[in-house]
Amino acid sequence: MVTIQLLPYSEISSLSSIGRIRKILNIAKQNKIVLLQGRLQKEEETELIKATMEEINKEFRGIELAVINPMQGGGLFDGVASFVLGNRAGLTVVGPASVVKKIKKDPHKIELLTNEGKKRRK
Amino acid sequence: MLKWLKNLFSFNFWGVRKNFKLGLYGPPNSGKTTLANRICKDWLDQDLGTVSPIPHETREIQQKESVVIKSKDGKELQFNLVDTPGIATRIDYEDFLKHGMTEKSAKKRAREATKGVIEAIKWLDEVDTVCVVLDATQDPFSQVNVTILGNLQARDIPVVVVANKIDLRRAKMKRVEAAFPQYDIVGISARTGKNMDDFYETLFKLAKR
Repeated sequence: MVTIQLLPYSEISSLSSIGRIRKILNIAKQNKIVLLQGRLQKEEETELIKATMEEINKEFRGIELAVINPMQGGGLFDGVASFVLGNRAGLTVVGPASVVKKIKKDPHKIELLTNEGKKRRK
Repeated sequence: MLKWLKNLFSFNFWGVRKNFKLGLYGPPNSGKTTLANRICKDWLDQDLGTVSPIPHETREIQQKESVVIKSKDGKELQFNLVDTPGIATRIDYEDFLKHGMTEKSAKKRAREATKGVIEAIKWLDEVDTVCVVLDATQDPFSQVNVTILGNLQARDIPVVVVANKIDLRRAKMKRVEAAFPQYDIVGISARTGKNMDDFYETLFKLAKR
């Protein structure tokens, strides 16, 4: 069974960068897929990868990460919308590697391939 | 301010920057060390690191100081070459078992690989210019590629996207170009040396920024 946890941006907006990363990572470590409304800042994405590496152990093998930003078109409307919405625009998917095998992504679509039924070595 | 002053005094007579740190970044197995070896072989007649079909062969930062390359019109460019471990979001020792490694070696490699990724990310503060090396046979939209490029952009670090392995039939240059239209992209084969002249010319252009 795959569990998806929706995370509205309002739940992380008041947190520090470290707080945001910890919140997302803690959910992923519970073997849940995080669907974050909005996106992290670029530096936070890198810090998320770094924090993930620090947490890797026998049970937790890392994450799969994908960000869709519909405001990336570069047009005037996209620019204004991006300015108004800020980091609330877009969608971020973070799945634990034990559950998510791969995330295929193009700028406007995400395909999530899961590891269902895969037996893990102890 | 310090970085600005450092940059100001690091340009030579022709306006080409000298003695800067050129970082090779990218996902595992994209050919960063093969490219580093190609550069070192072409200009210093020596290798920098070992390469392997097993991911995460490079698990520590490797540096070659004072690499000097020359352009067709005689200009020189001097830099310290920094080869970094591949950046990944997941490292599973079981993946290494598929390559015939023992469980002990696979676990050791996984442990070292996680440290390597952390080191590579820390080194983003140290490099002045970056080549993001992608495997042109793979999907360019991977989040690791996008995250690295976004991060470099946020730090205002000059960057060129190197689409490697163009000697392979499965390589799709157009797909890489479509994925990152806002970047300078040069297609090469670090293994065969194909298009390396274009790559070196691109470094000269990059060094002027």
